[in-house]
Amino acid sequence: MNGFFADEDGRFAPRLSLRLRYGRIFQALSLAAVTLGLLLLSILLIDIILDGYKWLRPEFFTEFPSRFPEKSGLRSALQGSLWMISLTAVMAFPIGVGAAIYLEEYAPDNWLTRFIEINISNLAGVPSIIYGLLGLGLFVRGLELGRSVLAGSMTMALLVLPILIVSGREAIRAVPQSVRQASLALGATKWQTIQNHVLPYAMPGILTGTILAISRAIGETAPLITIGALTYIRFDLKGPMDLFTVLPIQIFNWVSLPKAEFQELAAAGIIVLLAVLLSLNALAIVLRNKLQIRW
Amino acid sequence: MQESKLITDAVLLRSRADYDRREAIIRAVLLLFSIVSIFTTLGIIAVLLQETILFFQEVSIIEFFTDTVWTPLFASKRFGVLPLVNGTLLVAAGAMFIALPLGLLAAIYLSEYASDRARKVLKPLLEILAGVPTVVYGYFALTFVTPILQSIWPETQTFNGLSASIVMGFMILPLVASLSEDAMSAVPQSLRQAAYALGATRLEVTLRTVVPAALSGISAAFILAVSRAIGETMIVAIAAGQQPKLTLNPLQSIETMTAYIVQVSLGDTPQQSIAYKTIFAVGMLLFVMTLIMNLISHWLTRRYREVYE
Repeated sequence: MNGFFADEDGRFAPRLSLRLRYGRIFQALSLAAVTLGLLLLSILLIDIILDGYKWLRPEFFTEFPSRFPEKSGLRSALQGSLWMISLTAVMAFPIGVGAAIYLEEYAPDNWLTRFIEINISNLAGVPSIIYGLLGLGLFVRGLELGRSVLAGSMTMALLVLPILIVSGREAIRAVPQSVRQASLALGATKWQTIQNHVLPYAMPGILTGTILAISRAIGETAPLITIGALTYIRFDLKGPMDLFTVLPIQIFNWVSLPKAEFQELAAAGIIVLLAVLLSLNALAIVLRNKLQIRW
Repeated sequence: MQESKLITDAVLLRSRADYDRREAIIRAVLLLFSIVSIFTTLGIIAVLLQETILFFQEVSIIEFFTDTVWTPLFASKRFGVLPLVNGTLLVAAGAMFIALPLGLLAAIYLSEYASDRARKVLKPLLEILAGVPTVVYGYFALTFVTPILQSIWPETQTFNGLSASIVMGFMILPLVASLSEDAMSAVPQSLRQAAYALGATRLEVTLRTVVPAALSGISAAFILAVSRAIGETMIVAIAAGQQPKLTLNPLQSIETMTAYIVQVSLGDTPQQSIAYKTIFAVGMLLFVMTLIMNLISHWLTRRYREVYE
C-alpha cells in the first residue's frame, strides 16, 4: 500500500482521481450485475411469449393432451393444479397458522421450541425432490393412497409448511403488545385474545404468506414427478383419489417430446403458468398494501 | 356478534375451570401443529433410511462410493454413485461461477450504491428471477441457451451441463444478492463513517470495511446457494441429460443425482426392484449433503449476527 500512496520521491500522494476512477468502474460493474439479471429475465419472457403465443386459443384450455399437437390442451393439467392447490391450502393453512400462533404466543423459551425453530429453518432448505421421496414412501406406499391427487397435495402441504409458518409468525409478531394487553385487561382469556384480536389484525400478512406458498406449490414439479403424477391424462378429475397431472408436469412432458410443435405447446403452457403466478403475486401485493395496518 | 357471545357466556355461567380446560386443549392442539414439522423431518429420515438400508443389503457401500460406473437400469448393473456426484458438482460449480460474483456485485450495488427508490424497484424485480418455476428455466436452457452454445462450440451436445449451469446461476443470483445485502445492511453506519473519516473512497469503504464486516453473512449466503444448486432438479432433468459419466467437460451430456431420481420416477419401477431402492440411496446422499451445508450456513448467520451491536 505504501508503494501505491507514494510518488517517485517517496512522498505521500493520495492519488484521489485514480481511486475515484476505480470506484466509478466498480460501480458500473455492480450495476451491470443487476442489469444482467434483469436482462436475462426479459429475454426469457420474450423468448417464451414468441415461442408459444400462437397456441393460446380456446381449445388449448378445453382439450386433453393428445398425440397430435393441434388437438392437445391443458384441460387435465388445469384441473389437477386446481385440485392440488385447493387440497394443499386446506391442509397446510390451519397447520401452518396454528404452528405460527403456538411459536409466537405460547411457546416457552426451552429446548423444544428452539429445536422446532431450527428444524423449520432446515426444512425450508431441504431440496423439493426429497419431499417427493417422502411422499412416495409415506403417502403413496405407506398410507396406500396411490398416485392420487390427495397424496400429491399432502406432499405439497408439507413442502410449503415452512413458508406458511415463517410468514405467519412475522404477521403475528407485527401486532403490537398493547392490543393483547387491552384484551387481557378486559378479562378475555388468552385464546379469546388471539382469536378476536391478534388473528384479525395479522390476517392480511397471513394471507399474503399463503398466496406465496400457493405460488410455490403451483410451480413445483420435481416432488410430484417423484410421487408418480402422470404426464398423460385423458379424463376429468373427479375426486381426491384420482390419478392426476399438473401444469408444470404437462409442460415438462411437452418439453421432452422431440416434435417442434410440442416445444411450442410447452411455451404456451409456460405462458399460462406464468400468468397465473403473476396474478397471484399481484394479488399478494394488493392485499399487503390495502389491508395492512400500520401501527 | 361479540356482544351476544359474551351474553351467552354469562348466561351459561361458565366456570373458570371450563375456560382453563378449553385453553389447555387449544394450546395442546397448537403445539401438535408445530410438532408436525419435527415429524416431517423424522419422516424424511425414516423413509430414506429404510430403503437405503435395504439397498445396502444388496450393494456394498464400498462399491457405492468407489465404483466409477452407474448403470442400475441396465442388464449389467454397476452401482458407483461417483458419476452422479460428479455431474451434480460440475453443474453446481458452473452455476456458482455466475451466481456468486454477480450476486455479490448486485448486493453491493443494492446496499452501497443504489438510492432507496432504486432499491425498492430493483430488488423485487430481481427476485422475480427466483420466483420463476424451475421447469420454465429448463425449457429456456434447452431451447434457447443450448442452441447459442452450439453455435459457439459446435461439439456441444443437445443435452449438456453448461446450459443448465448458466440458467441455474441466474436463478440463484437473487438468493445470493438478497442474503448478502441483508448482511451488508446490518453493518453499522458508524463503521462506514469511520472509514470515510480516514479518507477512504466509497469503493474502499465497500471492499475493505463493509464486505469484510459482513463476511460471515455473505459466506452463509454462498453456502446456501451451493446447497440450492445441488438440490435443483428440473433444470438439470430437462437440459443436462441422462448419461452418468465422470467428466469435467461441461459441453457433454451428464446426469445429476436429482435428474437420476426423476428418470427412475418417470418409468414405472416395481417397489421391490433394486432401481426403486437406488433413488432412496441417492436421495439420502443428496439429503445429507444439503443438510450439512444448510447447518453450516445457519450456524454462520447465527454465530456472527449482531456482533456489532
